[in-house]
Order: sequence, then C-alpha cells, then structure tokens
Amino acid sequence: MDLFEHQAKELFADYGIPVPRGIVAHTVDEARAAAEQLTGRVVVKAQVKTGGRGKAGGVKVADDAQDAVEKAKAILGMDIKGHTVHKVLVEEASAIAEEYYFSFLLDRANRTFLAICSAAGGMDIEEVAHSAPEKVAKVPVSALTGVDRERAREIAVAGGLPEQALDGAAELIEKLWCCFVDEDATLVEVNPMILSADGQVKALDGKVTLDDNAVFRQPDHESYADKSAEDPLEAAAKAKDLNYVKLDGDVGIIGNGAGLVMSTLDVVAYAGEAFPGKPAPANFLDIGGGASAEVMAAGLEIILSDPSVKSIFVNVFGGITSCDAVANGIVAAFKLLESRGEAVTHPLVVRLDGNNAQLGRQILADAALPRVELVDTMDDAAKRVAELASVGA
Amino acid sequence: MAIWLTENSKIIVQGMTGGEGTKHTRRMLASGARVVGGVNARKAGTTHEGLPVFGTVKEAMEQTGADVSVAFVPPAFTKDAVKEAIDAEIPLCVVITEGVPVHDSTEFWAYAVAKGNKTRIIGPNCPGIASPGASNAGIIPADITTAGRIGLVSKSGTLTYQLMYELRDYGFSTAVGIGGDPVIGTTHIDALQAFQNDPGTDAIVMIGEIGGDAEERAAAYIEQHVTKPVVAYVAGFTAPEGKTMGHAGAIVSGSAGTAQAKKEALEKVGVRVGKTPSETARLMREIMQAR
Repeated sequence: MDLFEHQAKELFADYGIPVPRGIVAHTVDEARAAAEQLTGRVVVKAQVKTGGRGKAGGVKVADDAQDAVEKAKAILGMDIKGHTVHKVLVEEASAIAEEYYFSFLLDRANRTFLAICSAAGGMDIEEVAHSAPEKVAKVPVSALTGVDRERAREIAVAGGLPEQALDGAAELIEKLWCCFVDEDATLVEVNPMILSADGQVKALDGKVTLDDNAVFRQPDHESYADKSAEDPLEAAAKAKDLNYVKLDGDVGIIGNGAGLVMSTLDVVAYAGEAFPGKPAPANFLDIGGGASAEVMAAGLEIILSDPSVKSIFVNVFGGITSCDAVANGIVAAFKLLESRGEAVTHPLVVRLDGNNAQLGRQILADAALPRVELVDTMDDAAKRVAELASVGA
Repeated sequence: MAIWLTENSKIIVQGMTGGEGTKHTRRMLASGARVVGGVNARKAGTTHEGLPVFGTVKEAMEQTGADVSVAFVPPAFTKDAVKEAIDAEIPLCVVITEGVPVHDSTEFWAYAVAKGNKTRIIGPNCPGIASPGASNAGIIPADITTAGRIGLVSKSGTLTYQLMYELRDYGFSTAVGIGGDPVIGTTHIDALQAFQNDPGTDAIVMIGEIGGDAEERAAAYIEQHVTKPVVAYVAGFTAPEGKTMGHAGAIVSGSAGTAQAKKEALEKVGVRVGKTPSETARLMREIMQAR
C-alpha cells in the first residue's frame, strides 16, 4: 500500500525525522485556514499517489493566505496522471540551500535491502541516474546487520553529500532505517532531502510503500487505506475476502490461482480482438486453489453486480480440488443465487480441466443450468465468451 | 532422474499438525512420497497421521535421516521456522506459506547466505517441488501428470498444473514452483542450471509473470549457459499497470517488468514464447516429437 505524502511525513515525524510543519486541506477554505495558521510563505502540494507532481503543476508556492487560496483553487480537482486531487498539503516554505536524494527499498534482484543516496536530488533524479549513474550511490544493506549511525554516515559520504550536511543526514538516515524496518515498508523515499539555509537536514517530501503481507502485525496500517479512491465493486469484493480487481472491459472472469487468472485475462483480450467492439476482461478474480461453492457464489455475485459485464468466463483447473467438486460448486452457487432472487441471467462459459474433468463436465451437463456452455479448452472458451460479449449477449 | 528431489528423499513437515499441514501430509503420503515425520515444539513426542512429531528440525533429521523439509507454518512464524531449518543444515526447505512479510523473507535469505547457503530454500508462497513417480514435496497435485523428461520451473501454481497436465503424455523429470513473491530462495536461474546439468531432463518449460526482472536475467543466463531447448510462457500482458510510486523502483531494476519486455528478452536469446498456455504446450510438444 502506498501512502500519501502527508501520511508519510506524519510517519517520519513519529520517528523523529525533521519535516516542515504542514496541514492537510480538502477545500479552499481549509487551505486558507491552514495558511493563516502557518503564517508567512507556504507551499501548496497536491496529495496524489504518483510521482511527477511538480512537473504537472501540482506544487505551488504561495506568498500569503490569500495567495494560498488561489493556488489551492488551481490544484484541487486537478488530474495528475489519472489521479484526481482531492486534498492538498499546505506546508511552511523552507529555505533550501541544497537538495539531495535518499531512499531505502527492497532490491528484488539481489534479495537484499538497498540504500540509494545522491547529492544530486530533486525532480531530475531519474535523469541523473541514467546520464550520470556515478552520482547515485547504491549501497546494499543486510537485513541482519541493518543501519546504525556510522553506517548511515558512510552511505551519505558515498552519495557525495557535503561535509556540512553529513551529521544531519546520518541522523535522518538512521531514523529512516528504523521507520523502514519497524513499519514493514518496502520503500521509504525522501526526495528532496534538503539542507536548509540554517543548516538543518530535513525531509521535504516523503514516499512510503507498506507491505500488505505485514498487516497482521501492523494493525495501525489499516487506517491508511484510502477508502474514497476504492472502486465500489473492489470494496464489496474485499469485504467478501475475494481477490478482485476491476478492469475496463465487459467479460467477467473467474479463475483459480493468480497466474492462471492473469493468463485468462491475456487469452480473452487476444480472442476479443477478432470480434466487433473488441470485448475485453471486466475484472480479475482469483477464487484460490480451493474453489468452494460458497466462494464461487460470492464471486459470481460480485461479477453479476457489475453493469458492464455481458458474458462470464469461469476458467478452473482442477488440481487439489478436482473438477467434479468444482462443478458441484458451480451448480450450488447457481442455486444459492437463485434462492436469493439473483438468478444468473448472463451467458456463462465454463472451462474445466485437470483432475476428473470428464466427471465435472458431466455434472454441469446434467444440471442443465440455463445459459451455461461448456468448452473444452481455454483458448476456445476465450473465443466463445468474447463472441458472446460482442453480440451483446 | 530428477533435480533436488528423488525417490530417496526423506521429508519432514514443519507445521504438520495444523490444518493445511495435515491435509497435505496425507496427500504427499498418498502420492508415494517418503514423509517420515513432523515438527512442532509443543507436540514433540506425539504422533500425527501415524508419523512421529519432533521438537526441532535438527532432532527430526537425527532421528529419521530426513533431508527435505516442507513448511506449512503461518506467516507470523515462517521466518523462525526457516531459520531453524537453516541452522539444522537440512539440504532442502520448501516454504509453502503464503503472505510472508517481505522483511521476513529478506531476513531469512540473508541468514541462509550468512550460514553458507547449505540449505536450498524454495518459496515462500509456492506450490513446492514434484518429481513425478519419485517424490512430491508441497501441494502440487501428484496425479495430473506422469514421469518423463521435461523440466519445469514456474512462478505460478495453477499455470504449473495446467502445463504439467497438457504435457502429461510426455511427462516431467521435475516441476519446481518457485513462487511469485518479491524475495524467493530458488530462482528461475537456479532451476535452469540444475535442469541443464540433469541427464534426466531433455527440455525445459519456464513460466514467468509480470513484475521484477527475473525473466530478463534468466534470458541472459540461458544465452550463456543453457544448451537444452527452452520454451517459455509469460502471464500478465494485459494486466493493469501496478501502482508503483517514487523513482526508486525504476532506478533499481532498469526494466519495466512488463510481460512484453520479458517476452522480448527471452525471444532474443532463442527461447520460444507461447502466446497462451496451450500454445506453449504445443511448442514443447514439437520439440519433444523432433527428438
């Protein structure tokens, strides 16, 4: 889960990392009140979970409260790379002497943590990393030994930070490491990390990504979830413990196993290219290896409540759960939904393969469910379900 | 022949007495795998599913001669379970558990390296490893395929099963599900190297997914070191772009991590990449027929 800048900074502050004073504003009036409270020059910063805000015009300096109102007016509601700005962070302006870059992150390829540090921080760090990689220090950090003050200082030196910034940077880096570990983060990024005119090293921006797998020991993290940005179907699916992602197309997808479902999305999208209107997947839904009747019913229910769905593809490989059990699950799911007055009215294409596939297909054929078609292979089933979506079902 | 898991492998199950542990211990036994015991400190000295339960991995190894451990322990305890297996120097530890925090997997990997890599770790969040007709350590359904001469390495569980099933007439030497987590113990490259060196394997199926650059690195390895034919499949061409943020990810990997980038990297080194799982199976079929 990614945090907003203001959440990241609140977290940093909890770990004793210096950040500018700031107040979140959702409206122009709140922005005025925030600027009045902070007094003097402020920075109005769009709160969106994407990079490149500055270049998109989402960060503006305001001279006073009235100016902050104008800037907030321009930024609130703005679209930055597909993210609508619903709130801004109004922050005291900092007198910047120098801008650096710093982050801790997971280095997947080398299976270790990595500190990245550079004296050439700011908006163009990616460009610097490409054109002058020697200016960007990448220092592996062992999960076993971590980062103490001395190590933090070495990293700052490796990044080319000047002498007058080293003490402050080392302290910030050490605290940031504590935050990275204690919060189960996979990324903590400070860009820019600044040396202020009065010689203090501060986090002027903050990006944090938290590990969703760690929620069981990080109960506070739940409060960071951005409920307003959640798709209503995704929220409903989450409440049922379903692994569901809403997509833009019109073919509902249910499968077991993340890889198989991802593959199903691809195969349906390819098949759709041959039909008018180019039908494409309406969702990703992985009901897991087990594929029980209850989960199948819950999944069908979510997909049926999506108005853009015209046809549905159930793609199951019977491994641990054999196909006869899956077929019985589908039949039971239909009955369950019918008893709730939510009978399945969309055409449904089912592919069952793997253990007891013949028996599973027989069970479905015998049940004679309305609008259910059995297709033997995944590729042919994808063609058929795309065709059904294309003719409007 | 097979890699890493043979008919002589003796398996212990960490977390055998739990629900998943019990269910899959039964399945492994039914498939003919030599499961010789379990580990649970609180139930040491008892028996479960007719097998002895030991207090530690070390004790279980001393008493049974076990050389493989399969871990079904909950995410909160996985790190300690794997470190215990590393301390006992068991040659192979298969971590099935899903949902392990990445700080924990990064730590047990660092621990394994610090201890000299005496334990091969597969997973976490993986279906395990199966050498059809010989042994089965994990949750791969044993009865969907047969013994043969194709090697398979995959990030995905059900896609592994799909390919094993489609190619069941040719059969497999070993299928390894390495898992799709950001940090895993055994990589595509490790498996490619082992299959290349295994006289019982003639050709290799490799299944990848979006994210990271493991497939790109595997492609580079294949170009240098693999002479056996490799057929690949990559899932996620049309998956929505992940919500990555910050500059750090792009700086590190230098690759977009897209399915297209992976496919191109593999094709560039002569690996044939199937557009669908079935087409991938057909490509492998052509290779096996030509032999």
